[in-house]
Amino acid sequence: MEILKFITAGSVDDGKSTLIGRLLYDSESILLDQLEALHSSNRKNDDGTIDLAILTDGLKAEREQGITIDVAYKYFQTEKRKFIIADTPGHTQYTRNMVTGASNANLAIILIDARKGVIEQTIRHSFLVSLLGLPKVVVCVNKMDMVDFSEEVYNDIVKNYQALAVKVGLKNVVFIPVSALKGDNIVNKSTNINWYHGKSLLDYLETVEINIDDTIAHARFPVQWVVRPQTDELHDYRGYAGRISSGSFRVNDKVTVLPSGFSSTVSKIEVFDKEPEEAFAGMSVTVHLKDNIDISRGDILVNTDYQPQLSQVIEADLCWMDTRALDTSHTYFIQHNSKVTRCRIQEVLHKVNINTLEKEYDEDFKLNDIGRIIIKTADPLAFDPYQVNKANGGAIIIDSRTNVTVGALMLRAVAD
Amino acid sequence: MSKHQLDYLDELEAEAIYILREVAGQFERPALLFSGGKDSITLVRLAEKAFRPGKFPFPLVHIDTGHNFIETIEYRDNMVKRLGEKLIVGNVQDSIDQGKVVEQKGKNASRNALQTVTLLDTIAEHKFDACIGGARRDEEKARAKERIFSVRDEFGQWDPKRQRPELWNIYNGKIHKGENVRVFPISNWTELDVWNYIRREKMELPSIYFAHERDCITRGGQLMAASPFLNMDEEDVIERRNVRFRTVGDMTCTAAVESYAYEIDDIIDEISASKISERGARMDDKVSEAAMEDRKKGGYF
Ligand SMILES: Nc1nc2c(ncn2[C@@H]2O[C@H](COP(=O)(O)OP(=O)(O)O)[C@@H](O)[C@H]2O)c(=O)[nH]1
Ligand SMILES: [Mg+2]
Repeated sequence: MEILKFITAGSVDDGKSTLIGRLLYDSESILLDQLEALHSSNRKNDDGTIDLAILTDGLKAEREQGITIDVAYKYFQTEKRKFIIADTPGHTQYTRNMVTGASNANLAIILIDARKGVIEQTIRHSFLVSLLGLPKVVVCVNKMDMVDFSEEVYNDIVKNYQALAVKVGLKNVVFIPVSALKGDNIVNKSTNINWYHGKSLLDYLETVEINIDDTIAHARFPVQWVVRPQTDELHDYRGYAGRISSGSFRVNDKVTVLPSGFSSTVSKIEVFDKEPEEAFAGMSVTVHLKDNIDISRGDILVNTDYQPQLSQVIEADLCWMDTRALDTSHTYFIQHNSKVTRCRIQEVLHKVNINTLEKEYDEDFKLNDIGRIIIKTADPLAFDPYQVNKANGGAIIIDSRTNVTVGALMLRAVAD
Repeated sequence: MSKHQLDYLDELEAEAIYILREVAGQFERPALLFSGGKDSITLVRLAEKAFRPGKFPFPLVHIDTGHNFIETIEYRDNMVKRLGEKLIVGNVQDSIDQGKVVEQKGKNASRNALQTVTLLDTIAEHKFDACIGGARRDEEKARAKERIFSVRDEFGQWDPKRQRPELWNIYNGKIHKGENVRVFPISNWTELDVWNYIRREKMELPSIYFAHERDCITRGGQLMAASPFLNMDEEDVIERRNVRFRTVGDMTCTAAVESYAYEIDDIIDEISASKISERGARMDDKVSEAAMEDRKKGGYF
C-alpha cells in the first residue's frame, strides 16, 4: 500500500479544517473517544451541529481564536491508500507554516470559497505550491451550499483559476465543487450538485497517480554518518550510511564523491542484515566502496556519468520566513542535505508581488517575501536545479544569531 | 517503476532511520528516551538498523517512576543486556528524596507528572543536547502539531506558537547552550503501523501487552491494575479480569482493556476493529482538552 501526503491550502475560513474533519468523519476514521470529545466540546456551529474543525485545531490558542496557527498532521487509511494530511494555516502571517506542510506533500488541495472566488491568498498559495513543485493540485470550490449549488458560479471560478494556473505554472489542475460543512462531494457524491459528473474528493485522492518516478532522476546519496565499529573482527569495516535521495545505485556502479571529486566503485550495499544488488530513492542504506577514500558527513555520492552542478555562487528562489528582514551584510548558515556551511546573500535579483505576480525591484526581503537571489557559500554545494530534482535542490538558511530557520531556498543554477 | 516504490512500512522505516542518523550527525550528546513501551522498543529496533554493526551513538535513558510494571523493568534489563548498549536510569524517587518534587496525595495520586522534573534534571546532569522520543502525531492533538526536531528552551519548555519552519527532510538541529532538541523519528506512524512493524520484525514485547489475568479495580469507568502504588479505599472492589494494556506507563495511570488477544495477530485484529484511541486509555489526558499541550509546554516528553 502507498502513502499519499497532501496539504489543504486556502484563505482563512475557506473551510480547510472543516473539510479535513468531514473527510475523517465520513470515512469513519474518527475513534469513539475523540468523537465523544467532539460532541461534548462547547465549540459548535451556528446551527448547533458539531464543529468538525476542532479535530485538527489542536492548540489552545487555535480553539480560542477559532483559527489554525500551525500545521496539524492527521492520519487515516482507506482500503486503497494511507493518507497523511497537513492542515495548514491560511493567515498570511503563518505562511511559513504552510510552506513547512507543503514541502513534504505530493498533492495540494486548494480551497476557494464559492462566494468569494479567487482572492489574494489563493494566488499566494498557488504560487507557493508551484514554487515548491507539488506534482498534483486539486481545487475544491467550497461552500457550494451558500450559492445554491450554482453551476454558473462554479464555472466562473474554474475559468478564473485556470487563468491563474497558467500564470503561476500549474498544470493538470482538477476541480471539484464541494460543501465541506454538509458533506457534498467530499466522501459521497452530492445529490445537490447533479450537474457535476466527476469524482468525489476522496475517490479522487484514492485513485490519483502519485507514483512520480523519482528513480528517473540521477543517483544521489548524501552521506549522513560513517559506520566504523573499530572492533577486532570488524577492524576494516567502513560503511557510509544515508538515505538515497534520488535515482538508484547498484553494486559495481562507478560513483564520484563531491565536493572532493574522487571516484570509486560501489562494492556492497547493506540494508541492515540484507545485501541487495540495487537500492533506490527513499531507502536508508549503508554503502561500501572499493577504494579507501576520505568521506565524511556532508559529502554526497553521485553517479559518475551524471554529476550535479558544483558551485559556490548559486541563483535561487527564496521564501523568507523570519520577522527580521534579510540582511545582505550578515553571514548565515546554509543547510543542503547533510551539509552545513556559511553563506551570504550576494544579491537580490527581484521579488515577486504576490497579488499581481509582477516582479518588484526593492531590496528589502521581509517576512513571507518571495523572490530570486544570488547566494555565495563558503564551501561549494553539489546540487541539482530544484525544478528538475527536488530531492537535491532544496536548502534552508539558518540565522547564526538565533539558530532559527529563516529562509527556504529552491536552487536554480550556477550563477556567473 | 513499481519495483522502485516502497511499501508504506518500508517508507516509514527508512524515514525513521534517516532521522536517527541525522541526530547522530548533528549532536554532540544525544540520548534515546526509553520508556519500555512499544514505541520506544520500536525506536531501539530502528537504531539497530541505523547503526549496526557499529555501536549506538547514544545511551538509552529511562526515567523510572518507581511505579512501573515489573514486566517492563525485566524487559528493559534483558534488552540492554542483549544489545550491549549503555542504560542511564533517572529515578523519580531521587527527586522526591531530594525534595525537588512532592508526592501527590489522595486517591488519584500518580507520579506521572513528577517525572518531568527528573527528566529535566537527568538531561542537565548529562548535558544531553538531543533526546529521541517515541511520540507519534496520531496520538493526540497537541502532538499532531509538533515538528520532527522540536526545540526546547533551557527550562525544557515547548513554545507551540514559535516552532521553527521545517522544510523537506532538512532538519535544523542548531541550538544555543542550555537548549535541547526533542526528536521524534516515528512522528508519522500510527498505532497500527507500529503493531504491523512489530509483527513484521518479530520483535518481543513486555508481556503486559498481551492478554492475561490480573487483579483490577474500576475507576472513572476504567480498569486499573490493583497495585501497592494505587491508593485504594473501601469503595474499591478488586476483581479478577482478563486484560491487556495498550500503552505502558505508570501502574497508577495506565488503564487496562478487557481482552483475549494473546497473540500479536489478535492484537492487530483488535486494534483494527477498536473504536477507542490508545490515549483514551490514559487517565492523564482526560483532565482537560488542553492537558497534553500544557504538559508539553512544561517539558513533558
Ligand atoms: N455553509 C458552509 N460553511 C462552511 C463550509 N465549510 C466550512 N464552513 C464554515 O466556515 C467557517 C470556517 O471553517 P474552517 O474549517 O475553520 O476554515 P479554515 O480557516 O479554512 O480552516 C466555519 O464556520 C465553518 O463551519 C461549507 O461548505 N458550507
Ligand atoms: Mg483551519
